[in-house]
Amino acid sequence: MKLNDEEQEILAGTYGPVGVKALQHQLKVGEFFGAEDFVPVTQAHVMADTESLGEAGVRWLEEFAAASEDGGRVRVPTITDPRGTDFAKAAFLGHTPAMLDLERRAISAFVKLGVTMTDTCINYQTIQAPTRNEHVAYGDTGVVIYANSVCGARSNFEGGPSALAAGLTGRTPRYGFHLPAHRRATLHVGVDFVPASLNEWGALGATIGRIAGNYWAVPAVEGIEEAPRSDQLKHFGAAMASFGSVALFHLAGLTPEAGRLSDVAPAGLPSHRVTRADIDALRSCYRSDGRVDVVVFSAPQLSLFELRDLAALCEGRRFAVPLLAATSPQVKPDCDRMGYTARIEDAGGTVLSGMCFYQSYAREIAQANGWKRLATNSVKLVNILGGYGYHPILASMEECVDAAITGRLA
Amino acid sequence: MTGVAKIFRARQAMGDIVRGMALVARDGFSARYDLDRVRGIFSRPDHKLAGQSYIGRVLVLDTAKGGVASAWMLNEMTSRGVIPLALVFNSVNPILVQGAALAGLPMLAGFDEDITAAVPHGSEVEVNPCGRALTVLR
Repeated sequence: MKLNDEEQEILAGTYGPVGVKALQHQLKVGEFFGAEDFVPVTQAHVMADTESLGEAGVRWLEEFAAASEDGGRVRVPTITDPRGTDFAKAAFLGHTPAMLDLERRAISAFVKLGVTMTDTCINYQTIQAPTRNEHVAYGDTGVVIYANSVCGARSNFEGGPSALAAGLTGRTPRYGFHLPAHRRATLHVGVDFVPASLNEWGALGATIGRIAGNYWAVPAVEGIEEAPRSDQLKHFGAAMASFGSVALFHLAGLTPEAGRLSDVAPAGLPSHRVTRADIDALRSCYRSDGRVDVVVFSAPQLSLFELRDLAALCEGRRFAVPLLAATSPQVKPDCDRMGYTARIEDAGGTVLSGMCFYQSYAREIAQANGWKRLATNSVKLVNILGGYGYHPILASMEECVDAAITGRLA
Repeated sequence: MTGVAKIFRARQAMGDIVRGMALVARDGFSARYDLDRVRGIFSRPDHKLAGQSYIGRVLVLDTAKGGVASAWMLNEMTSRGVIPLALVFNSVNPILVQGAALAGLPMLAGFDEDITAAVPHGSEVEVNPCGRALTVLR
């Protein structure tokens, strides 16, 4: 890769040992993908829950933090994805002192590196959405696909180590979705219905993600006429990324790079049609067998509007099984202030802040609480939790709240 | 596969040379979605390798799936010795490359043929990132 003067100085240690390690890591990745050079980034977003990091990852972070005392704090605004717990609710969830200790160590290391602990996977709704053509280094696939597709920003999937490296060096290897050539559509998808609920938007995204099938595929979707809401596209994109590893989609006439379909989709692309029967088929893979042990709203964290809707459904109800709703630390105070938290928790639910269910030791939570049959309106969550030993059930928000009351879902 | 080793060329490569037994499936791969990382087995019920141990095996799979967690998890799995020997994909996303770079895990990707159809399940293979080659030894 070609290195400019500043990059050569970073590699020579001018800015401290942390910069050297970070750039070396980025060079390995960039050379694998044939990147010619680096591109400056304006923000980095680091996914680093301690279930993923483990002791080894936290030690790696602590070594970086210790080395940063000789120079090496982040050079661009660098924020964090959800943490592995909500400390205020850790006992209820069944998180152990060892898990909490690991969390505290990770947070301490991040703070020493100058990272801003936002603990959110909806930063595009709560912190600062990127603008069209802004190069960023985002972690969390749901964040990347939303930023690329809805905002028109430019990011690859940046795992925790690479996103932190980008924050420390202020750049990332220029490959993949930083390059215009990779942002052209590779398949056309016709849709002949408009999803109604968030779980239907997620199911549509998942179906398209399965068709697309890999990171380098870019679906151009035609047939959605009215502008979807941010929460709808949040679930649509998160599910597509989860099921297909997709990082960019275009909605003809709606998303910024696809004013006209022909702007992004050359003639002769492979074409597919998705019908309501396809999303019904996907939903049927996550059916209930009757009982429900826990209801979870998470993945992605809920917006204030989702919490408003949830609170309205909870008002005056009484739950027979636990109901959890996870949001960001930015939304939670407003949720409290508007009375939404009280309405949800008066019914027996719990509003969690700064965590996301599957990033918070989901297997251990299940064992600690005896949870197996988990109902949710998140298509991303049902896709993940099968591997954690759950029987995930997909339903609408309304059906999930009813299930929390009766402990059953037809 | 008697006598003559069959060699497949990769366009993308990283890491050191290793030899081991191949676990082959047309499925995708994500450390978070597909694995019980404590027991070292594939745990996702609908994965074709469900129930099989991945420890010390060369995983030959279609593509990377799922989220960004694998970028950390490969390093964590390496620290406990509960790690595949190498990863081989038809195509790969940045997350697994970033994870392999941190974990020091050999990786090949990008072949002219469907590598999951070309390599027999259970065969002995050599992963040679320097030569960008996957060799089926027997």
